[in-house]
Amino acid sequence: MTGGIARFIGLAGIAAMAALALAGPLLVGHDPARQNLMASLPPPLSEGHLLGTDHLGRDMAARLLAGARITLSLAAFAVLSAACFGTGLGILAGWAGGITDRLLGAFADGVLALPGLLLVLLLAAIHPNSWWTLYAGLALTLWVEFFRMSRARTRIVVAGPAVEAAQMLGLGRWHIVRRHLWPAVATQVLTLAAFGAATVVTALATLGFISVGLRPPTPEWGVMMAELLPNWREAPWTVMAPVICLAFTVACLRLCAGREEEA
Amino acid sequence: MPLAMGAASRRLAGGGMLRIVAGRCVQAVIVALVVGVVGFAMMEALPGDAAFRIAAGRYGYDAVSAAAADLVRAELGLDRPAPARLAEWLGHTLVLDLGRSVVTGERVAAAIASQLANTVSLAVAAMLVALAISLPVGCLAGLAPGGVLDRVSAVLSIGLRATPAFLLGVVLMLLLAVELRALPAAGHGRASHLILPSLTLGLFLTAVLTRVVRNAVAETVASESFQFARLKGLPLPVAFWRHGLRNASVPVVAYLGVQAALILEGVVVVESLFAWPGIGHALTHAIFQRDVPMLQGTALTLGLAFVVLSFLVDLACRALDPRMRA
Repeated sequence: MTGGIARFIGLAGIAAMAALALAGPLLVGHDPARQNLMASLPPPLSEGHLLGTDHLGRDMAARLLAGARITLSLAAFAVLSAACFGTGLGILAGWAGGITDRLLGAFADGVLALPGLLLVLLLAAIHPNSWWTLYAGLALTLWVEFFRMSRARTRIVVAGPAVEAAQMLGLGRWHIVRRHLWPAVATQVLTLAAFGAATVVTALATLGFISVGLRPPTPEWGVMMAELLPNWREAPWTVMAPVICLAFTVACLRLCAGREEEA
Repeated sequence: MPLAMGAASRRLAGGGMLRIVAGRCVQAVIVALVVGVVGFAMMEALPGDAAFRIAAGRYGYDAVSAAAADLVRAELGLDRPAPARLAEWLGHTLVLDLGRSVVTGERVAAAIASQLANTVSLAVAAMLVALAISLPVGCLAGLAPGGVLDRVSAVLSIGLRATPAFLLGVVLMLLLAVELRALPAAGHGRASHLILPSLTLGLFLTAVLTRVVRNAVAETVASESFQFARLKGLPLPVAFWRHGLRNASVPVVAYLGVQAALILEGVVVVESLFAWPGIGHALTHAIFQRDVPMLQGTALTLGLAFVVLSFLVDLACRALDPRMRA
């Protein structure tokens, strides 16, 4: 499996998922929260419900797509914030050195003092069932990887002859960032972003499933799995549907990231 | 999902013994501060009157009266200004005075002492599962890079790695407990209750550990010193035992530091899934019930366990690799 094709497949999968999530309500035409207790757990492709309904008669397709919205938006925003802050501060620390470097490095080490999921769990516990605390916790744990990577690369590039020459030619700082530093970190930033997004998707579902993240009736995939698990005997497809969505999204994101470098 | 890597361990690995100890002490203080501030913020963020919520937790929603709430408020000192309470709160946390659960009234330290044994037995069993699979498979794959076993284990590892721990647990539970009825789905008491949780956590750890072992062995086998050992006529097992094992074990042991974070994250998830009465299970329950003292105690225990495990990995790396002692 060559890297280029794998990346393309992953990217296409995520794009398809995002498009479905955005167009979701129009496509399905059902309210994800609307219950119909007379039509509980019909099989897929019945009575106008493409993927059937759950135990409370809520349309499965509508709920899955609403879940995709929550998941993908959280992943996109958390990773975007982490990447911007992490890379920016990393370049700053690697270039400036001295006290700036020390302070930022100490803060990064402080974040790593606890295992990541535990930190997210604790921050999410302050204000339960909130998209924003999950976002804050995940962005806070994710920025460190961007920071460490861009700091290490910046140090190497800044010490090299190219940047020295640019400085002696009197070229501005912005020019050096754009022409020398950003190209050195760009591909790694994209790889880390894809891995980070996979981490966010997994963490959100995990926390939802063990009922310390988002809570019912929010149509989040992990919450849906926990809610629907008791119906495994009668309606296994209702459990499988969110599982497949989660696995598909994570697999696509990991394909986007390409080959992982071992820890 | 490795949100955190063993960052401090790598940074400190080159330093002296004193630096390692100092670094881990700082880490322990940071853990206590984070847990303390989160606990306090959680107390503040409780919706409505905290005294009423705690009283409801203790006596049930039907039996709460203003008098009961006043009693709770006086007992816990909830009417003082926030900075004073934060200072007192952090003071208690830093000297590990954990207090009593606001839901059950049990001493948090006593509850944790009884849960710790369960968590440790789960973690040890999971680690044994992971090592029992990773070491032989990783070694054999590393001795023949590009071979059938190497490629099959690589594909399995990538698939397993992309699977969240709780999903793995659900699949195993549905397969082995619900469909085949071979094992109890959840609970605690008999030895068979340990199998599913430890298998879940163990397989979750195996995914990456196998590849780390494989890469370490492959690198060692390709090195000049090992090639020389083979050239002078030592058979492969002897050469590997004498010249390969220790070299290959350095990255594997260093990776166990990263593994420590995965174990602690996994413990929380797997215990909650299988109702295993350990610290992770107690932590998620404490969050759900807004039992702040219990939350602090359990989070602090898990955080300090992370510090201790990282410290042990630092020591093991130093013992194995004389270059780090220089």
